[in-house]
Amino acid sequence: MVRRSWFRFVRALACAALLLPFAAPASEGPQLQSAPINAHDLASLQNGAKIFVNYCLNCHSAGYMRYNRLQDLGLTEQQIKDNLIFTGVKVGELMQVAMDKHDAKEWFGVAPPDLTVTARSRSSGAGSGADWIYSYLRAFYRDPTRPTGWNNLIYENVAMPHVLWQLNGQQQLVVQEFTSEHEAQAAQIAARSLARLDEEVVTKDGKQTRLYVLKTLQPGTGTLSQVEYDRFIVDLVNYMTFMAEPMRLERRQVGIAVLLFLGILFVLTLLLKKEYWKDVH
Amino acid sequence: MAAVEKHPVTGAGPLNGVLTWIDARFPLVKLWEEQWGKYVAPKNFNFWYYFGSLAAFVLVLQIVTGIFLTMNYKPDAGQAFASVEYIMRDVWGGWIIRYMHSTGASAFFIVVYLHMFRGLMYGSYRKPRELLWIFGMLIYLTLMAEAFFGYLLPWGQMSYWGAQVIVNLFGAIPFIGPDLAVWIRGDYVVSDATLNRFFAFHVIAIPLVLIGLVAAHLMALHEVGSSNPDGVEIKKQPLNPQTGLPLDGIYSHPYYTIKDSLGVVVFLIVFSIILFFLPEMGGYFLEYNNFIPADPLKTPQHIAPVWYFTPYYSILRAVPPMFNSQFPGVLAMALATLILFLLPWLDHSPVKSIRYKGPIFKSALALFVVCFVILGYLGTEPTNVWGQFGAWLGGADRSTVVARICTVLYFLFFILMPWYSKLDTCKPEPARLTW
Repeated sequence: MVRRSWFRFVRALACAALLLPFAAPASEGPQLQSAPINAHDLASLQNGAKIFVNYCLNCHSAGYMRYNRLQDLGLTEQQIKDNLIFTGVKVGELMQVAMDKHDAKEWFGVAPPDLTVTARSRSSGAGSGADWIYSYLRAFYRDPTRPTGWNNLIYENVAMPHVLWQLNGQQQLVVQEFTSEHEAQAAQIAARSLARLDEEVVTKDGKQTRLYVLKTLQPGTGTLSQVEYDRFIVDLVNYMTFMAEPMRLERRQVGIAVLLFLGILFVLTLLLKKEYWKDVH
Repeated sequence: MAAVEKHPVTGAGPLNGVLTWIDARFPLVKLWEEQWGKYVAPKNFNFWYYFGSLAAFVLVLQIVTGIFLTMNYKPDAGQAFASVEYIMRDVWGGWIIRYMHSTGASAFFIVVYLHMFRGLMYGSYRKPRELLWIFGMLIYLTLMAEAFFGYLLPWGQMSYWGAQVIVNLFGAIPFIGPDLAVWIRGDYVVSDATLNRFFAFHVIAIPLVLIGLVAAHLMALHEVGSSNPDGVEIKKQPLNPQTGLPLDGIYSHPYYTIKDSLGVVVFLIVFSIILFFLPEMGGYFLEYNNFIPADPLKTPQHIAPVWYFTPYYSILRAVPPMFNSQFPGVLAMALATLILFLLPWLDHSPVKSIRYKGPIFKSALALFVVCFVILGYLGTEPTNVWGQFGAWLGGADRSTVVARICTVLYFLFFILMPWYSKLDTCKPEPARLTW
């Protein structure tokens, strides 16, 4: 009896410990949108690889990723050489960039970071790294006050200019202020766009009032429609998620095999244990 | 002189001759029988008694995977991060080895914390097991050092800044602190020199100490005998005339060999689910920031140690600086671990096991565990995680106030133990095991 009540207590404690992280209040600030990526969609991954080497790899490196790893996406070495390598390096080499780090720092204020594992490093409680990149690349808007002329709703005052602006068009920032949180949330849902909701306390006529500042984006017109642009980014994010952990699918497959083996081993060990322990009980 | 042939060894089949030859020259059979083969253990070990053998299993797992990681890892500030990604991508099977090692580190602490909690519940530290407990505590401290040194090696942002923060704690010690911190780092900041020496500590110095302590822990255990959930000393029981063993004793081999093997299989199932499907464990086992290479010029907004250190990190943060010094917090953190050493002398209860202890001890232990878990959670979060109290409490961070209360309760659990353990209304211990 004593034992059972203790087990119940420990179980309750474990549940409480697991639930604790969810007890924290909902975070404010930028809200990430979930990236609808599919690790099994080879066409999307191949397109993502194409987008990556064409648009990203010119400034950003992927210095831990080898070109020939793209064979995992159903490409042959010849296809990789012909379509995805522009610098004449060998197919077994890493995805480096020629841009000098010091030059980069002078031009952009900060050297563009390596992107190999960004889909992992940008994970947080707010969403996966894929969600972050998916939201970030769709959150650029025109801001004449910034040196590059661009700003970002997800990553404020980012040094990176909007390199995909011709495809995406020039989005405009829309700022709305509300005195009620519910209204602000309703407006956010109605806007159907990426949004950032901040709570501000302003003093007006000696009285403190709470303001809810909602920032949303108004789409611009680019060479791609909004849906096409989203799809474009999904493919890129899909590829970057693959690049961050190329063995992810293999890992799950091996995992299932290992668990099946352990399941059988468990049954056999259990039977053996019961057989031995017959004489103790 | 020819070796004296003792009694010929039997029972090993065709190897009898080999064993007899070895036994004449080395006490192999004696060692095996004393340490495990003829070791007699109580027959009523429950769920909580799996974690000792599991800790030994994880130790072996960490050593073996560690050896393979060392074959490709480069302890060089310029190459360390890339070499880890190289292991993950280009070394055949490297990702499994690396995830085993990173998941194993957290698993080690989970297993050890549960093993220690077992000790607290069933009074495994009570006479005559004081030294056994002290060896265990030394293993725990050594394990913390091992984890700390190892965590720098991937050379990510959290590795770097975590090491920076922890080494700076030594810098808070009055008078010798600043020099001590430089001596530990081998530089004025965490650098290549630090990485190299931490590598040396992680792969050879600390593991040697760890293995030695584990051997001492096991020898002490096999000398005094295992405790059990009833707190009954089976060595004091009359012998069963048929078996020659204490009434409630059984040979650990094969009974516990097979039972612990079952434990290992169940552990491996849980371990594999994490390793293959959740290797980052939501950022707790592999912190997301650690996928960014170490950058000495860019301090992350929120530096938190890995989860297994966070209860102590919370205690450190909870103690306010005094006399312009962080030292009181550092001292509190150190005392929080060291006070556990005194447990055998703090517990004055007439019984060992929680089964026969009264409501005061049960509540105290429950409160202690709750505090430990809350401190652990708060240590992973920034101090503003729960917002602030209103003006009536000076707008203090809620989490800091809670951490302070938990810190006080943590210490009171130990400091008041000599009194409340004596006051408690205990039930009488039985003479035989009750299962």
